Amino acid sequence: MADEIAIRITVNGTVHERKVEPRLLLADFLRHELGLTGTHLGCEHGVCGACTVLVDGASARSCLLFAAQVDGARITTVEGLARGGAPQPIHDAFHEHHALQCGYCTPGFLVAVHELLADNPEPTEAEVRDALSGNLCRCTGYVNILAAVLDAASRLRASGQRPALR
Amino acid sequence: MKPARFDYVAPRTLDEVLARLAEFGDDAKLLAGGQSLVPAMNMRLARPKVLIDLGRVPDVDDIRADNGTLVLGALVRQRAAERSELVHRETPLLAQALPFIGHPTIRNRGTVGGSLAHADPAAELPAVVAALDGDLVVASAKGRRVVKPSAFFASYLTTTLEPHEMLLEVRLPRATATSRFAFVEFSRRHGDFALVGVAVALDVDATNVCRAARVALVGVGPGPVHATQAERSLAGRAVSDPVIREAAESASKEIDPQTDIHATSHYRRRLAAALVEDAVRQALGGKH
Repeated sequence: MADEIAIRITVNGTVHERKVEPRLLLADFLRHELGLTGTHLGCEHGVCGACTVLVDGASARSCLLFAAQVDGARITTVEGLARGGAPQPIHDAFHEHHALQCGYCTPGFLVAVHELLADNPEPTEAEVRDALSGNLCRCTGYVNILAAVLDAASRLRASGQRPALR
Repeated sequence: MKPARFDYVAPRTLDEVLARLAEFGDDAKLLAGGQSLVPAMNMRLARPKVLIDLGRVPDVDDIRADNGTLVLGALVRQRAAERSELVHRETPLLAQALPFIGHPTIRNRGTVGGSLAHADPAAELPAVVAALDGDLVVASAKGRRVVKPSAFFASYLTTTLEPHEMLLEVRLPRATATSRFAFVEFSRRHGDFALVGVAVALDVDATNVCRAARVALVGVGPGPVHATQAERSLAGRAVSDPVIREAAESASKEIDPQTDIHATSHYRRRLAAALVEDAVRQALGGKH
């Protein structure tokens, strides 16, 4: 029973091959197998959004996916959003608008914001609220996050950039 | 919170899925988007011995118009349906209901068929299929059968699907020039399960007479609840304020909602009346 399964997953541009137990969640694969501890686990049942990653460019809860399911997929984690370790406009806006305090939820928010702004460079406030409705933050009260996202969007537009994903 | 051990199979064809279901029956669970099943597994409320992943099966995630119906494969992602022009044009009621499901990230993975087969009593899609009286196409190794929503949703989180069967597709009637729709719901926070939700499908002629009405509610019973008295209040009559209010009161009287930690039975009845009224007015384009 429960034979291990060989998988091949591209994470932040690097191909990884492993054998995994079927019940290994993608979040635990990223954290424990690959050491990518930027992906945080909050609730482990799909409510808090801290573990959000991109699967082939679309956001997903990595606590609700088995690593075996994403064999062959391209995953982007929060680590994949920086460029050579350097913060990008969305990071800068979060920093400057005090859009985080303890930081636990921040990886999930950053990933969700990257998806939003890659898809919709000029979101309305209502669209930002809707896009981030699945991410919980217990520190900021969300207002600073909202301000950061709208500012990041205008910075990206002004510089002609789209949030790049690896 | 980690799931218990299970065996994992990822068939590459529908025939193989059905063969595996015939082989494992009750021991197996089908994995579609996993947005309800995996939380239940993480909390060990569900402990399937075998997980049959539908993610690699081809041709079960199409959206296509077929004569008078719009056909959605069971594996159509909710987000894909939400963004489909065909869905918006042919089944506006479905298009209206989809954004109420969870959050965008949940809808990226969650599937149309998964939500229907999971049959949560507060879920939106069962009400949509009930209000449109769509056809649910069920497949097994023995063949296909077509099930009406009234015979598909059996109870809380329970359908009449047999252990060796899977929901293959749902067929919804395409909107006509005289159809009018609305989906409304109330929840404490956007994305939460609805305390009450209402799907309304009307056929209204040029003289404002409602030729046919279907009203389905969620959150007020073990599955989608048909408000047949409310439908009778509307059908065959010129739609006016008193008629709309009569339909809303009928709906609140004929349902039998339970009290739970989220809301009392009485509150759900009042909410149902208010939402049926809102839904009918919205369906008529705010003219009443």
